Amino acid sequence: MNINATLIGELIAFLVFVLFCMKYVWPPIIGAIEARQQKIADGLAASDRAEQDLRLAQEKAKQQLIDAKAQASAVIDQAKKREAQIIEEAAVKAQAERDKILAQAKAEVEAERIRAKEELRKQVAALAVAGAERILQRSIDEAAHSDILDKLVAEL
Amino acid sequence: MASGELTSKDYITHHLTNWSVGEGFWTVHVDTLGWSIFMGLIFLFSFRAVAKTANAGVPTKWQCAVEMVVEFIENTVKSTFHGKNPLIAPLALTIFVWVLLMNLLDLVPVDFIPWTAQQIGAAMGYDPHHVYMKAVPTTDLNMTIALALGVFILMIYYSIKMKGIGGFIKELTTQPFNTPWLYWFNFILEVVALLAKPLSLALRLFGNLYAGELIFILIAMTGLYQLPMHFVWAVFHLLVIPLQAFIFTILTVVYLSMAHEHH
Repeated sequence: MNINATLIGELIAFLVFVLFCMKYVWPPIIGAIEARQQKIADGLAASDRAEQDLRLAQEKAKQQLIDAKAQASAVIDQAKKREAQIIEEAAVKAQAERDKILAQAKAEVEAERIRAKEELRKQVAALAVAGAERILQRSIDEAAHSDILDKLVAEL
Repeated sequence: MASGELTSKDYITHHLTNWSVGEGFWTVHVDTLGWSIFMGLIFLFSFRAVAKTANAGVPTKWQCAVEMVVEFIENTVKSTFHGKNPLIAPLALTIFVWVLLMNLLDLVPVDFIPWTAQQIGAAMGYDPHHVYMKAVPTTDLNMTIALALGVFILMIYYSIKMKGIGGFIKELTTQPFNTPWLYWFNFILEVVALLAKPLSLALRLFGNLYAGELIFILIAMTGLYQLPMHFVWAVFHLLVIPLQAFIFTILTVVYLSMAHEHH
């Protein structure tokens, strides 16, 4: 139990160990610990922020959904109105078309009828003349009797 | 295990004698020096391995363990030492882990290391009764005084650096009695108080570990009943080992903190 040179050796060893620890051991480890603490703090803050963002986004989405629904129902209403309008317009247009076609057809029929009547009248006149020729057994001076003929034709 | 030709006194003496080389003051306790440096290198290499690859990513299990110790020391230093000094925390870490590892050698069964050394010595042709191997460095007063002396030198250094020589001398002389008549008395009180700090550091660690080692040796001589007794004492010692390492560390930080502060 005596104090001797061991003490000096241990003192030197102590000094060397402390210096080595101070230079090569302590700074990297404590640096890594502090960097990780910072990283975790940042991560927690980011997650808080993300949660907040999510809540806002959800609210926004909800609002947008409501807006979209309102818009959709407005569009549908408008479309229904427009549909009714188109149908009504089409009906009116069809009615007009029908009337027009009908009127045209009537006019055509009338024209045809008049033409046929005219034709018939001419033929009847010719027939009447021929008949009268037969009856009189002589030819009629068409020029002299044209007034009679014309009267006849007009009577037909 | 006391064999027939050895008396109890011989057995205890053998266990408590260092492997010495040299004469007089220039004697070196090879076992103390060797085991303490071995423990110090274990500390530095295992921690350096972590320091080399340390990053802020996901830590490995060993990195977690090392970081727990580092953070424990960091918190302890931060709560006690309020100045800015890059030396204090690494110093505290070195003292804590190194002393802890040296103390842990106390838990190796008392005969194991000396007996192994004797076998090796005998194989190399030495008389086994004169091969000494006292493994636990903190049971050697040289070891604990060297640690305390290192701390004491730092205390003096920082006292003078922070307060100047005048301030340091003023601190030693002007309190507790602030009259010039009693400055000589103050000086005696303060010097005793100053010297008591490293001395108590060294003797506390030495005393605890030496007593613990001695009781392990005494238990080892009780024959068959030593096993449960060893277990009980080892469990108790398991508390003493980290506690003494921690006390040495925290007192070092406190003393250096006092050296930095103006009174």
